[in-house]
Amino acid sequence: MENNYISMKNINKSFGKVVANKNINLAVRMGEIHALLGENGAGKSTLMNMLSGVYTPDSGSIFVKGKEVRFASPKDAIEAGIGMIYQHFKLIEVLTAKENIILGQKNSFFLNQKELSEKIREMSVRFGLDIDPDKKVYNMSVGEKQTLEILKVLYRGAEILILDEPTAVLTPQETEKLFKIMNRMKEEGCAVVFITHKMNEVMEVADRITVLRKGETVRTVEKETTNPKHLTELMMGCPVDLSIKRIETEKSKVAMEVRNLSALNSEGVKVLKDMNFNIYSGEILGVAGIAGSGQKELCEAIAGLYPVKQGEIIFEEENLVGKSPADIIAKGISLSFIPEDRLGMGLVASMDIVNNMVLKLYQRQKGIFINRKPAEQKSVEIIERLSIQTPGIKHPVRMLSGGNIQKVLLGRELDSKPQVLITAYPVRGLDVNSCYTIYDLLNEEKQKGVAVLYIGEDLDVLLELCDRIMVVCAGEITGIVDARNITKEEIGLMMVGAVNTLQKKEVGGYDNAGNCTSD
Amino acid sequence: MIMPVTVHPIKKSEPSRMKAASVRIGAIVLALVASSLFILLLKLNPIDVYVKMVQGAFGTAYRVRETIVKAIPLVITSLGIGIAFRMQFWNIGGEGQIAIGAFAATFFALNMGDMPRPILLLVMIIAGMLAGGIWALIPAFFKAQWGTNETIVTLMMNYIGIKWVTYLQYGPWRDPKSLGFPKIANFSDNAVLPELFGIHIGWLIALVLVAAVHIFMNHTKKGYEVAVIGESINTARYAGINIKKTILIAIMLSGGLCGLVGMIQASAVNNTLSVEITGGVGYTAIITAWLAALSAPVILIVSVLFAALLEGGSYIQTVFGIPQAAAEILQGIILFFVLGSEFFVRYKFVFVKRNQSIDRHQVPAGKEVG
Repeated sequence: MENNYISMKNINKSFGKVVANKNINLAVRMGEIHALLGENGAGKSTLMNMLSGVYTPDSGSIFVKGKEVRFASPKDAIEAGIGMIYQHFKLIEVLTAKENIILGQKNSFFLNQKELSEKIREMSVRFGLDIDPDKKVYNMSVGEKQTLEILKVLYRGAEILILDEPTAVLTPQETEKLFKIMNRMKEEGCAVVFITHKMNEVMEVADRITVLRKGETVRTVEKETTNPKHLTELMMGCPVDLSIKRIETEKSKVAMEVRNLSALNSEGVKVLKDMNFNIYSGEILGVAGIAGSGQKELCEAIAGLYPVKQGEIIFEEENLVGKSPADIIAKGISLSFIPEDRLGMGLVASMDIVNNMVLKLYQRQKGIFINRKPAEQKSVEIIERLSIQTPGIKHPVRMLSGGNIQKVLLGRELDSKPQVLITAYPVRGLDVNSCYTIYDLLNEEKQKGVAVLYIGEDLDVLLELCDRIMVVCAGEITGIVDARNITKEEIGLMMVGAVNTLQKKEVGGYDNAGNCTSD
Repeated sequence: MIMPVTVHPIKKSEPSRMKAASVRIGAIVLALVASSLFILLLKLNPIDVYVKMVQGAFGTAYRVRETIVKAIPLVITSLGIGIAFRMQFWNIGGEGQIAIGAFAATFFALNMGDMPRPILLLVMIIAGMLAGGIWALIPAFFKAQWGTNETIVTLMMNYIGIKWVTYLQYGPWRDPKSLGFPKIANFSDNAVLPELFGIHIGWLIALVLVAAVHIFMNHTKKGYEVAVIGESINTARYAGINIKKTILIAIMLSGGLCGLVGMIQASAVNNTLSVEITGGVGYTAIITAWLAALSAPVILIVSVLFAALLEGGSYIQTVFGIPQAAAEILQGIILFFVLGSEFFVRYKFVFVKRNQSIDRHQVPAGKEVG
């Protein structure tokens, strides 16, 4: 089998009744970057978890260097030279880079510190990984942490690196750096498997691309012979239009005004610093920023869920600061925050769709009893309107797929006919089709004159969808710009605080990026 | 060749009802088999013993009544604890709340024994529920205000409640007519709950409460809020639920039901207050509430079965002349299997052979067990 480093043949895996992988075939060669492309729920992560020993296949075989293997644990996989980098880093914050690298390794009782540092340095140079072995993890930026994860896996002898959506948490500049590292590894003869659903990244960095759809291999293609449109069609199984519409509306009245808003977290650190901005009716105001730059706190402060230190949030000539969440909901301000686990806030996982609809309805009902009839009716409506895939309205939302869970949440929030709609990461982890459904919904709201605050991750989407973009860095607004005439790179610089268009001055350089994400 | 094997417990995606039922039935069969070994060790015939246990619980009208009397406090306490558990408030203070509820009811029984029966009983019920509720409210307030650990606080308050009753029994409330025996005076007839169909009226109260708690949890706003808080405090905050208030109301109800149990036991069963008033019901109810998955109608069934197990257990002691400890071991074995089966309902085991090169003719790994 040529120079295949790994080949996976006829892999099957089911969880209960759900078939995650069905007769999947995958071959990874030495010295290539292999992208694994597919919608959410296509089975990418399941497949890679089997390759890294987390799951075992129900049937099918895995060959490493032509020899059949069976992994009982991730340890077996790493011994075979396969290392996985997860989206959520598995590092210990209070330890240094070096300590994290040797953690859990079989060492002799005494450590040879000098030899160790030497080895780490040697590997850093070889792969172009820029890491200070003695830096504590909590002082590192997200990009540095990821680099450390890679180094850790390489130190343990990995020759194949699996990266699970590695760019989701990075700034454009950090993404560039990561791609350089991946190319360097390729030159060193390692192989990189890279899970993603971002088309532009695939076209930039991959050599070959395997497309998965609904748990099956669609095809493996060479990059030279394909283009984004073709790949999307393979992914979706049908032709799709990839452009996001920005509906032009007349700029109208200010819907909400935020003045000098500051907030402290439980440790007394300022997480929101003197924020000033307006949201207009009929516009989508995008918020860009590295994860943890105050987005969550801002959303929660507006919804009355986060204590505000000082400042005002003016809505209909009233200050919302100090009002209870129930009052703020009653005024027509809706928050739909999709956290990383997609369920944490907003939905009750074990309850069915009806009971989740009840959550925003029952307080308007009179008496002590709950009438579930209206909620049942609305559940049927949103299932139809947003084409939610569910066996029925009495199905626990926990059992739905991520996209459908998000549609339930957004559907409910839109149903409450808000005047201000705050939506954070509404397309987090969604497949392409669902993303577009959600963009359309947001545009629909905008046309109705709703003021939309959209907190997003993907800069491309922010640039295409929003009217204005507000960039935040460490709780501070570093710019509010017109989305029609700004570039991704300019936003990237504001995200790390290197440029602040509000103060009209340069603050530090890109090297200080690490300070920006500390929280 | 023997291969080293690693076992992975894996959470089942969704336990189907059929499978869950078969696991539970399997557990009961295994429990009976394991108990049989123990019974054989006592040189008795297991089948005989099981038959007598069933007879002991349901064999005659008298024994059925006894079983029901045992079931009444279990049902009501489980309902009370169930409300708290639904909110993920681990109220293990049932014992204390029962004791304090009994104490408050007894206060009126002893001091106002001449009042007309319906009024006195009503006063005792209200006093018992209020006292139990307030006793539970203390840890609830601490939790809502400062986020203290309710498990510890409710547990500690059990000791205070029970020792308080001990103090009264040996001290100020000791009946001078009992000839030096540390005992509180018996209630007057006015303070004793009436009987209906040969069993004190507590069974009717229990049935009404099963329906009431079921409606409360499933069809009222407060019940819904309790469930939302139990699932996720964050979601509750987000939806604008007044969390502190809801916690206090729910725990007041939870403790109030336990307090009512104290009143019923003191009035109808013991006709007085004593240290043994709780009979461990506050702890047993934790098991029954869990086994019933906190559902009110199921609590009724589970509590009756549990009471039957207790009654049957004490009956075989007298029939076969075995010590109490032996009967309790049998109860323990049965409980162990039934409770343990819950793990197998939720998880399945996957055996993975730890070898790098494999024999092609072997069965594929990942065989499901349980």
